Amino acid sequence: MTEVTELSRPEGEALDTKEVLLNLGPQHPSTHGVLRLVLELDGEYVARVDPHIGYLHRGTEKLAESFTYTQIFPLTDRLDYLCPPSNNLAFALAVEKLLGIEAPIRAQYIRVLMAELARISGHLLITGALPLDLGAMTALLYAMREREMIMDLLEMISGARMHTSFCRVGGVREDLPDGFFPKIREFCDIFPNRIRDYERLVENNRVFLKRTQGIGVITAEDGIDLGLSGPNLRASGVDWDIRRDEPYEIYDRLDFNVITRNEGDCYARWQCRVEEMRESVRIIEQCLEQMPEGPFQIDMPTIAFPVDKDKVHCSMEALIQHFDLSAYGFKVPKGEVYSAIEAPKGELGFYIISDGSAKPFRMKVRSPSFVNLQGLFGTSNAHYLADMIAVLGSLDPVMAEVDK
Amino acid sequence: MSVETPLNLILITEHFGNAIDDLGFAHGVHAFAAPPQMIVELCRFLKEHPALRFNFLSDICGVDHYPEVPRYEAVYHLYSLPNKWRVRIKCRLGDPPRVPTVTGVWRTANWHEREAWDMYGIRFEGHPDLRRIYMWEGFEGFPQRKDFPLRGYKDELNPFGAEGPPPTRPDLATKNIP
Repeated sequence: MTEVTELSRPEGEALDTKEVLLNLGPQHPSTHGVLRLVLELDGEYVARVDPHIGYLHRGTEKLAESFTYTQIFPLTDRLDYLCPPSNNLAFALAVEKLLGIEAPIRAQYIRVLMAELARISGHLLITGALPLDLGAMTALLYAMREREMIMDLLEMISGARMHTSFCRVGGVREDLPDGFFPKIREFCDIFPNRIRDYERLVENNRVFLKRTQGIGVITAEDGIDLGLSGPNLRASGVDWDIRRDEPYEIYDRLDFNVITRNEGDCYARWQCRVEEMRESVRIIEQCLEQMPEGPFQIDMPTIAFPVDKDKVHCSMEALIQHFDLSAYGFKVPKGEVYSAIEAPKGELGFYIISDGSAKPFRMKVRSPSFVNLQGLFGTSNAHYLADMIAVLGSLDPVMAEVDK
Repeated sequence: MSVETPLNLILITEHFGNAIDDLGFAHGVHAFAAPPQMIVELCRFLKEHPALRFNFLSDICGVDHYPEVPRYEAVYHLYSLPNKWRVRIKCRLGDPPRVPTVTGVWRTANWHEREAWDMYGIRFEGHPDLRRIYMWEGFEGFPQRKDFPLRGYKDELNPFGAEGPPPTRPDLATKNIP
């Protein structure tokens, strides 16, 4: 503590400044969850940022080692809770590769359809939340209205609004319900116009533009070096989408564009997501057109529950198999697999080592948000404290996925 | 999934000879085994060779093979954005596990390595900021090791944990990281 305050300084001597530590979060609305940033401030400029994560760490990977493969699906739901169907899909694909099986075509269409619905739902939140963080509240309210339609559709398919757990190894849990097609067609008709509404709410909002355009620029080299993926990297001009470059499921049958922007700023990241929603609607429409009739689950009683329950009721072997599968799960051959999909946030990879038992020996989740959050270190011109909020919002981390 | 062009293995095997093992191609990923002292050189070679260009580090993952010896493993997943290839490098580590950091090759390795340190106690030598990332400072033990109980150790905050104090290992203390 200084007792004497000097009012005037000797001429020619610079002001005595010192850096201030500011704690942002973990309970702060603009940190999108329980993220804590320790900011070193030089006046109003951010000199250094140190994210502290782990407030939501639930030990998903450790838990998975004591669960059977089917039991892990609900755990994956809780990674990126805005778009659980994508997480389910990523995990199912990894296990299917180890087993050397493929889901029936209809199941693949259903999964892709749900994953794209989830992508829209995840992107809708950030479409509204970034303007909200920067003071434009209206967009979020409209975005939530459309998100409700998606929630209704997901509820119709699976019975759950958020944690759907609808994928199974070798297919999906059930077939699509009656009356689903008209509902989703209605959504596909309405939604593209609504996207235009969000854009119109924001594109003439001078405050929003001033606070996002040219702010938080991440160059393509920095983005790759920092491991960014998904829309965050595409906004920096890197044309990479796992759906197109390493097609999984039936994405090679679908026609869609990969959205890129060259600016690499907060606005470009926001725009990329809005454009991607349009592409997702196109993908959903194609899925609806192309979806064939057929089984929704693989016909392997050792891996998937039989669709025809009569067998279980009449045959001893089928009953034993059914009991075995529900009580002990199925065994997965020894081996290891890394399987990545294009989740809404970026590359979502599951690395599974199997020791031949019914539980994974090691399951590693390469969660996109965890890596994308490192983008905070790559922004070249986010100088002000207020810019930090814009950068954080535009990187779109979901803390449940960051902390696993 | 499938690769468009097969990875040119000769480039890698010629440069490194017997120092690295080829574990073959499975499920879209080509795997190699390398000793810890080769990791940085191998990663740099894969990243900078004009015909390979593995410029994207997807993931670094720690594995505990308890009770096997050598017990630990660091697994690196690399992706080549121009060529759309994936490569896995597996690196077995003794006890205590030590491996040079690859933060000099990719900055993204920073948090992946912090995670592996936090969960498995793999010490990445030369890492600029090797702190715990999920668990709090002062937490004892490495929770994802196979000998760490699923519910943790019993204390006043965790009445359902396993009995006994967590094993303290002075050589792996979280403080005084080099």
